[in-house]
Amino acid sequence: MYSEKVMDHFQNPRNVGEIENASGVGTVGNAKCGDIMRMYLDIDDNGIIQEARFKTFGCGAAVATSSMATELVKGKTIQQALEVTNKAVMEALDGLPPVKVHCSLLAEEAIHAALWDYAEKHGIKIEGLQKPKSDIHEGEEEEAEEY
Amino acid sequence: MGKLIYLDNAATTKTSPTVVEAMLPYFSEFYGNASSIYSIGAKSKEAINKSRAAIAATLGARPEEIYFTAGGSEADNWALKATAEAYGAKGKHIITTKIEHHAILHTCEYLEKNGYDITYVDVDENGTVKLDQLEKAIRPDTILISVMFANNEIGTIQPIREIGEIAKKHGVLFHTDAVQAYGQLPINVDEYHIDMLSSSGHKLNGPKGIGFLYIRKGVKIRSFVHGGAQERKRRAGTENVPGIVGYAKAVEEAFATMQERTAKEAELRDYLIDRVLREIPYTRLNGHRTNRLPNNANFSFQFIEGESLLIMLDMEGICGSSGSACTSGSLDPSHVLLAIGLPHEIAHGSLRLTLGADTTKEDLDFVVEKISGIVERLRSMSPLYEDFVKKLQKNG
Repeated sequence: MYSEKVMDHFQNPRNVGEIENASGVGTVGNAKCGDIMRMYLDIDDNGIIQEARFKTFGCGAAVATSSMATELVKGKTIQQALEVTNKAVMEALDGLPPVKVHCSLLAEEAIHAALWDYAEKHGIKIEGLQKPKSDIHEGEEEEAEEY
Repeated sequence: MGKLIYLDNAATTKTSPTVVEAMLPYFSEFYGNASSIYSIGAKSKEAINKSRAAIAATLGARPEEIYFTAGGSEADNWALKATAEAYGAKGKHIITTKIEHHAILHTCEYLEKNGYDITYVDVDENGTVKLDQLEKAIRPDTILISVMFANNEIGTIQPIREIGEIAKKHGVLFHTDAVQAYGQLPINVDEYHIDMLSSSGHKLNGPKGIGFLYIRKGVKIRSFVHGGAQERKRRAGTENVPGIVGYAKAVEEAFATMQERTAKEAELRDYLIDRVLREIPYTRLNGHRTNRLPNNANFSFQFIEGESLLIMLDMEGICGSSGSACTSGSLDPSHVLLAIGLPHEIAHGSLRLTLGADTTKEDLDFVVEKISGIVERLRSMSPLYEDFVKKLQKNG
């Protein structure tokens, strides 16, 4: 059901792990639905994303989209990273089954959440960036699980 | 890929070669319609009669109480919808449980839309139906209790005898979906006060596309498929003779080997459960520890998601299944795992392994080793595990 690219990124995910003292960290998703993505970005003084890493709890597509998203934002400017949409992630993976499209949306949101965190930490505003809906802030998890 | 280790026998089983052999003549040699007058038609009729009698004997039932269907789902649909229709004048209340197969639950939802009232009884943390709640749910307008014999996901065996007694005491019909239990556990319809029972051929090394509904003599149940006079005018359609013959052969084998086979499977199951629980941290067993199907093991591995686990197991040639949302095609994990009280994120990380007659200890050693490595790898990628470890470190 998955393309070869998806299987490749699932079996050999790129950029798995954490970044110590990352410029921005974003966690999106919901354990209730079975997908949580956390993206770490290292952004230099010129606003270039030097490094991107991720950790994901989720299905094959969730892992593959996270992996591809980190690949797509590496070396990009913040503005360019904002253009990495779920469609771009899906295209780069040669498509996803319809029931897995939400995984690519989550990958897009993970990028946005990490950038949002970066902007907050640095007291700046990133044009065109809104706080992702499924952003999970630390300490909020337990509350979110109760309903 | 090397050897295939098939541990999804609750999903379906390999058709036994002797079953295939028994079926073959009924495709191209004795292909006559059992309703016809000529001799090859009679040959089909004879084969059906023999098969029906053989199956009835395993349940302590009469041959005329066995009605062949196209499978377990049809049998479940028939039992519920036709009982609802036939007894609708007496009442419109049906009692079932929260852990039934979708063939029951979705049929109940359909009946709810058509004016019936359904009570879904809870189960305890082991997946055993709460008998007191079940008995209390009975009302004057209750017409049917439907409780599965054993659960397909977590393997828990239900107190069918007690439920049968409760149903009898209150004069309510009792149906059991025995799709997972038939051929694995001894069942006697009189002893357990069972009025209707569903079964499916492909769960016990028989062919797909054949099942039966046992209907106790005297139970007023209408035809589900209208047409010819087959199955005592209750289920029309030219009989699936090869399927029926194959089913009876599979049943014969399942009952001849039951004691020895299930004892061996239960021993291997316990070996698997013990090793997994001992060797993989943050793991739980779902379902009753002992009172479960002899071939069923169901685990939850905390911090990981089931579909990822299944794909990685598949790459090692291991077939299993999961109750995660991603494998069910919805956003919710298995209703059974939620009913036994698992939080969503733990239900997502479930793995069901169901053994077969040819499963070996060596297979399971290989499987445990692979699961262990895969779980570790997926946890190393999991933000939930990262948070958990950090919390542990913080609390020292």
